[in-house]
Amino acid sequence: MRVAIIGAGVAGLATATEFAEQGHDVTLIARGSAIGENCCSWYAGGMLAPWCEGESAGEQVIRLGQQAVGWWERHVSGVRRRGTLVLCQGRDMAELHRFARRTEASEVVDGDRIDELEPDLAGRFRQGLFFADEGHLDPRKALVELAQKLREQGAIFRLGVDAGDVALDADITIDCRGLAARDRLPDLRGVRGEMLVIRSRDLNLSRPVRFLHPRIPLYIVPRGEGVHMVGATMIEGDRRAHISVRSTLELLSAAYALHPAFGEAEILETGVDARPAFPDNLPRVQRCGNTVYVNGLYRHGYLLSPAIAHMAVAAASTPN
Amino acid sequence: MLEFYGKRFGSRLLLGTARYPSPAILADAVRASTCEIVTVSLRRESGDMRAGQDFWALMKELGTHILPNTAGCHSAREAVTTARMAREVFATSWIKLEVIGDSDTLQPDPFGLVEAARILCSEGFEVFPYMNDDLVVAEKLVEAGCRVLMPWGAPIGSGRGLNNPYALRTMRAHFPDITLVVDAGLGVPSHAAAAMELGYDAVLVNTAVAKAGDPVAMARAFAAAVEAGRLAFEADPIDALDMAVPSTPLLGKALL
Repeated sequence: MRVAIIGAGVAGLATATEFAEQGHDVTLIARGSAIGENCCSWYAGGMLAPWCEGESAGEQVIRLGQQAVGWWERHVSGVRRRGTLVLCQGRDMAELHRFARRTEASEVVDGDRIDELEPDLAGRFRQGLFFADEGHLDPRKALVELAQKLREQGAIFRLGVDAGDVALDADITIDCRGLAARDRLPDLRGVRGEMLVIRSRDLNLSRPVRFLHPRIPLYIVPRGEGVHMVGATMIEGDRRAHISVRSTLELLSAAYALHPAFGEAEILETGVDARPAFPDNLPRVQRCGNTVYVNGLYRHGYLLSPAIAHMAVAAASTPN
Repeated sequence: MLEFYGKRFGSRLLLGTARYPSPAILADAVRASTCEIVTVSLRRESGDMRAGQDFWALMKELGTHILPNTAGCHSAREAVTTARMAREVFATSWIKLEVIGDSDTLQPDPFGLVEAARILCSEGFEVFPYMNDDLVVAEKLVEAGCRVLMPWGAPIGSGRGLNNPYALRTMRAHFPDITLVVDAGLGVPSHAAAAMELGYDAVLVNTAVAKAGDPVAMARAFAAAVEAGRLAFEADPIDALDMAVPSTPLLGKALL
């Protein structure tokens, strides 16, 4: 089958990978002229954390997300399976109890165990939660590597091309355009996310840390060599302009509260984009004629795209 | 019946729309609560009217009345600008006026609040001021033209319930003709029932429903509590006594 995939974010690339592995002829068309351009996947945290997400996301995300770590390990290098550490300041202990109550598969860890897991945080926290089976990856490296492997498998990339301007010579089209697909999926909306990349000389975490706070929940995902991604805001709206002063203050003061040494870190980058989401914040795979729409991955692009890609192949293979 | 600026409502529960797990769960919670008024915040997207439109469109689809709010504004000026924007976005002259004075407790700034209320009332807005429980501030707001007052139960999102029932009772007695709504700080349905038993006209809840494990069930629970509290108020509850009064009359008891 000749498959045209529109969009080269994490949904598009994961779906292309699944089709290519089934022996189909894959052409990827994307508006950005390079992998990662014009796509919110570039600004993701890269946490593969189905149980932590279960705190607010519901059973479907937990179930579909569990295959993510394994899938990514099979397809890209640098996937880490070191778990997630969930911490909070002493006065916010109620948040930690609530988080534990509303999630599964966590283990309560004391100060000694926290120090052992993250020596750079030694002495700062007396209680936390540890989700041992979760993982993380560097989203940018993962996207580039997936694209590279697809090229090696013979997939054709047409970057810098608007799919509306070209004839798609394909048996089936997979629309993975994210928010740009609002012309076809009217109930899609944008949820703005802002992030920063910082580099610390003093701190080098080895796993994602979620820092609970009643107002400003934060996560920090290590990228190695002292580089950390700090994210992410969740604001209704699709404005992709620059990060706001308030969001910067909130994210960085939370990082500073996690460890004051983050105060000395350098800010390498700030990023903003809008995640595509349906009203229930759950992803959808739906076939309409010879087009399969894959969208609404919300804040779960890396967590859910393996499962969603699999569903896209199934939807394309079922007679219309 | 509950009345806000000439409009009448059957439900005495108002819901905030922030912090739900998803807009779909928010919509289910609103339906389950049978509430007729929701508040919507504009502040975080101010300056760019287009940005929040998708979410606002979902709010409009709920089919309830929309009470836009100025949450997050720290000065009268900001609040007035946000209110004017809200009038355009939602085509309503209602505005829930919040002017925050302290960022830790999110305590309202009474001076900025009265200043903004005067400006907005003079511009034809129908103002729902979020305030503390101070009678003098309340007087000034009524003088400014407010016919609704929304004193806090406790700091926003704190879930502590009615911190000062005495002050709330005094305010009710002082303003028999003003529509009074307990806004902010409620954690569980019994808090809402207590506010209604004091004779408040309505309560507004957001975090206690949105952040509950099951927001839809909690919305129903609040609706039931509000109804129970109101019925109890109308039924004229007994007063608390220091001594026991037997519920079975002594008359007719066998004398042994």
